[in-house]
Amino acid sequence: MSAVEVVVIDNGGANLASLRYALDRLGARSLVSADPATVAAAPRVLLPGVGAAADGMARLRAAGLIDCIQNLHQPLLGICLGMQLLYTHSEEGDTAGLGLLPGSVRRMPSAQGQPVPHMGWNTCQQLRENPLLAGLQEDEHFYFAHSYAAPVAEHTAAATTYGPLISAVVQRENFHGVQFHPERSAGAGARVLQNFLDL
Amino acid sequence: MVKGQRFRDHRVVGEIIELARRYRDAGADELVFYDISASPEGRTVDCAWVSRVAEVLDIPFCVAGGVRSVGDAEGILAAGAEKISVNSPALERPDLIDELARRFGAQCVVVGVDSQTTPTGFHVCQYTGDPTRARDAGRSTLDWVREVQDRGAGEIVLNCMAADGVRAGYDIGQLCAVRAQCRVPLVASGGAGTPEHFVAAFTQGGVDAALAASVFHSGQIAIGALKQYLQSRGIEVRP
Repeated sequence: MSAVEVVVIDNGGANLASLRYALDRLGARSLVSADPATVAAAPRVLLPGVGAAADGMARLRAAGLIDCIQNLHQPLLGICLGMQLLYTHSEEGDTAGLGLLPGSVRRMPSAQGQPVPHMGWNTCQQLRENPLLAGLQEDEHFYFAHSYAAPVAEHTAAATTYGPLISAVVQRENFHGVQFHPERSAGAGARVLQNFLDL
Repeated sequence: MVKGQRFRDHRVVGEIIELARRYRDAGADELVFYDISASPEGRTVDCAWVSRVAEVLDIPFCVAGGVRSVGDAEGILAAGAEKISVNSPALERPDLIDELARRFGAQCVVVGVDSQTTPTGFHVCQYTGDPTRARDAGRSTLDWVREVQDRGAGEIVLNCMAADGVRAGYDIGQLCAVRAQCRVPLVASGGAGTPEHFVAAFTQGGVDAALAASVFHSGQIAIGALKQYLQSRGIEVRP
C-alpha cells in the first residue's frame, strides 16, 4: 500500500462516502478505519460524523477509540458532529464527549427567520489566525447542516452568525474542528481540506 | 432539481452526471434528484448512480424516490447523498419519518409535500409521479406540515402543484400559510418562471431556499445571472 496521508475514522456516519470522494478529488490517499492501531499510526486523522452525539460516542467507545483519539499528537480534524464530539459535553442526549475542548455543545434555538436545523450556506468570520483558513477570504461560503452548536469561546478560530455567533472553526493544539461540511462546500471547502492535508 | 423517470437507463445516468457537473460549475447551491416513478412503481432509487453523482459533486445533494425504510435511506446516504427526501411513503406510513430522523438526524431528512388548493383549503397529494395513480392523500397540508416536523423532518419542500411547470410564479399565498407553521427550513418548489418569482419567494414567501427545474433545464434562467439579480435585490446568496 502506498503511503496513506489521512485516516478517516469509520464511526458509522453517513458522510463517509462524500468525504472520501472529496479527498480523492484532492489526490489525497485516504483509508477508512475504526482500528485504534491504524488511527494511532496515521499521519493525519479525520473524525467525521452525521447523526446523534450519543450514537457517535457509543461507536467510538465500542471500537476502543476514545483513549486512542485523546492521545493523538498528529493533526485531527473533526467535521460537524465530529467537531462537537471534541467538546466535554453535548446537550444532545446529555452526552459526555472526548473532552479535548472545554465546554458544552448546545441546542440551537429556532426563531423567526432562523429555522433549525441550520441548513445552508453561510460565511465565517475569522477571530484569529488559523491554518485551515489560509488563503480564504471572509466572503467565502460554507455548507452547514446541524441542530446543535458550540458557543464562541477561547478555542474558536472562526465564527458564523446564525442568531447568535456560533463556532465554525475551532482549534486546540493538534485538535481541529469545523462545524460546516468542507466535503460539500465547493472550492472553499476543498481549500480547507487541502490546508488540513498540508499541516 | 433533476427530474427523471428512467434513472436506471445507462445512457440516462451519463446524462445525469453531465447535468450534475454543469449545475455544479454554474454555481447551484444544492441539487435534488427526483426519481419520480420510483414510488408509484414500488421500488427504491438505484444507488449506483448516486455514487457516480457523489464523485463529481462538491455541493450537497438530495435524493428522492421510493425510500420506504431506514435500510433504503442507508444505501443512498452511504453512496454519498447528503439528504433523502420522502413523500408518498411517508404518507403511507408516517412513522418512517421518526425512524429516519432517529437514525440519521433531522438534517438528513427532507419531507416533500405536493400540495394543491381545494375549496376546503390546501390538500396533500400522493403518487404525483404517475398521473394515473396521483390522488388526494386526504390530509390538510398545514396539518401534515406540523406533523412531519413533530416527527423529526429537518426540511420541508413544498411543491405547489397548480403552479408546477407553468412558470407563472411560486404560490406565495400558500408559501406564507405554510411558513407560519414551519420552524424548519422551507424550500419553495413549483412555478418559477422569472427572476422576480425567486425574489417574491424569498421576500414575500419567507422561504429559506427556492427550487426550480424547467427554467434551469431550458436555459431560460442562468444560475449565475439569477444570483447576481437576487443579490442586487438585497437577498444574501453565495456568489
